[in-house]
Amino acid sequence: MELTAIAVISIFTLSIFVGFEVVSKVSSTLHTPLMSGANAIHGVILVGAIIVCSHATTTLELSLSVAAIILATINMIGGFVVTDRMLEMFKGKKEVEK
Amino acid sequence: MSDFVYDLIGLAAGVLFILALKGLSHPRTARRGNLLGALGAGIATVVVFFHGDIKNLGWILGAIAVGTIIGVPAARKVQMTQMPQLVALFNGVGGGAAALVAIVEYQIEGKDAPTAFLIFTVFTVVVGCVSFSGSIVTFLKLQELMTTRPVVFPGGRFVIAATLAAVLGTSVWVVVALGTTPLLVVAGFSLAFGILFVLPVGGADVPIVISLLNAFTGLTVAASGYVLNSTLLIIAGTLVGASGTILTRMMADAMGRSLFGTLFGAFTAKPQDSSSAVENRPVRSGSPDDVAILLNYARRVVIVPGFGLAVAQAQHTVRELADLMISKGIDVAYGIHPVAGRMPGHMNVLLAEANIPYDQLVEMEEVNPTFGQTDVAIVIGANDVVNPAAQTSPGCPIYGMPILEVSHAGNVIFLKRSMRPGFAGIENELLYDPKTMLLFGDAKASLTKVVSALKAL
Repeated sequence: MELTAIAVISIFTLSIFVGFEVVSKVSSTLHTPLMSGANAIHGVILVGAIIVCSHATTTLELSLSVAAIILATINMIGGFVVTDRMLEMFKGKKEVEK
Repeated sequence: MSDFVYDLIGLAAGVLFILALKGLSHPRTARRGNLLGALGAGIATVVVFFHGDIKNLGWILGAIAVGTIIGVPAARKVQMTQMPQLVALFNGVGGGAAALVAIVEYQIEGKDAPTAFLIFTVFTVVVGCVSFSGSIVTFLKLQELMTTRPVVFPGGRFVIAATLAAVLGTSVWVVVALGTTPLLVVAGFSLAFGILFVLPVGGADVPIVISLLNAFTGLTVAASGYVLNSTLLIIAGTLVGASGTILTRMMADAMGRSLFGTLFGAFTAKPQDSSSAVENRPVRSGSPDDVAILLNYARRVVIVPGFGLAVAQAQHTVRELADLMISKGIDVAYGIHPVAGRMPGHMNVLLAEANIPYDQLVEMEEVNPTFGQTDVAIVIGANDVVNPAAQTSPGCPIYGMPILEVSHAGNVIFLKRSMRPGFAGIENELLYDPKTMLLFGDAKASLTKVVSALKAL
């Protein structure tokens, strides 16, 4: 199904407002993990890389899209793992408090 | 799987991303937020295999395996001190991936595509490439594989302006003339622009640039979502673009930096006059025993940890010293600058790793008014965040950044490896102040000596 222009613009506009809203009250302590987590989320470009790779016919298309999948996987999986490691330490802090 | 079900699952993944960002904004829910994000990304990745006709399955699965084998150990093994540059690198490869996706999609579909498709394709390639090469430069700066000072060369701003003009010009060329060659030329100029854009950024501003490039990559993913007709990519990319922009602004505010100045520093940067005139003045250096005596008679001590502390792996020794002082009835607090370390919140992560009690970590706004009643401030491996030049000398690269006002304390002790200036490369006047004592050497070794000297008293 082709997206209509107005559908794209609506999704885009609403997502901007949601994006502004959800992070507007974050404390500076969490800036780094939040940046890292958001970074991992845009690793979802992996989905796009898989789609183009599944349509690739020439060697050039195939090799570029395979490279894209590798890079996107590093971004996505590495990003979530490193964010989790950072946040694990914040959890350790609470145990000390007890 | 029908298109409807596929899109519905994509929407669910989008909602999970929103919940992830929301969760990541609060300490209690942050870890769950990250896991929700991972769940959303996982679902989105799995369902794409059940939608439409998937060719080259072996290649796809093999590439995912390779990416996992590279990404997971890197994320697992990285030292927490080096984590900011890893995030920069992950962001860069994401931007690179988006640019590649757009180039391949153009190869497949671009021959008789509508203008909107072309514009979004070019946008993805340009911003993806800028994000890729720019992130590589930030990585090199943070890893100190290249100088952390702003790199400015004569006529630099004209080179940058010319490169930007070339990017825009060749972009128009792609839309008008079509063809893969113009698209690759655009990619080349964009990579060059990314490098030139980040080179003049000084060390202290690097985190802001990483955050900005992160937002850029988000927007690239959103644009590629339009090209690939994927609602999920539009939602996810826009969310990251918008939240990343806000985050960049908040970081710039926390550091007292003008976002505009950071961004357009590339166009306005002038070579700095070096301040070598002041380098040979005398300083007062002390022994661990001198430091121990000073601490023994103090009533209140504030420890100011910096990146040097983390590099020396001295978190545990610092905790030992703090515990010892507390047992002697001394009031001890840690003064945490919002950008201590390499990024906002980085120091909290590093100290949490050493199990330092949370209630002893005091944020800048709260600790600053108490320096007047503080007998000793111990600055360990920090420099820029206590540099009074940020308040007194307009024109210096960190001017306007809020600092920890340790100069109001009765005595200031600096633990330093050498007289080398900090990450931002600026001389610190406080080092020459009569009430400052310097203890040279590796932070961990020095602290160990101070601890045993204090025990002996």
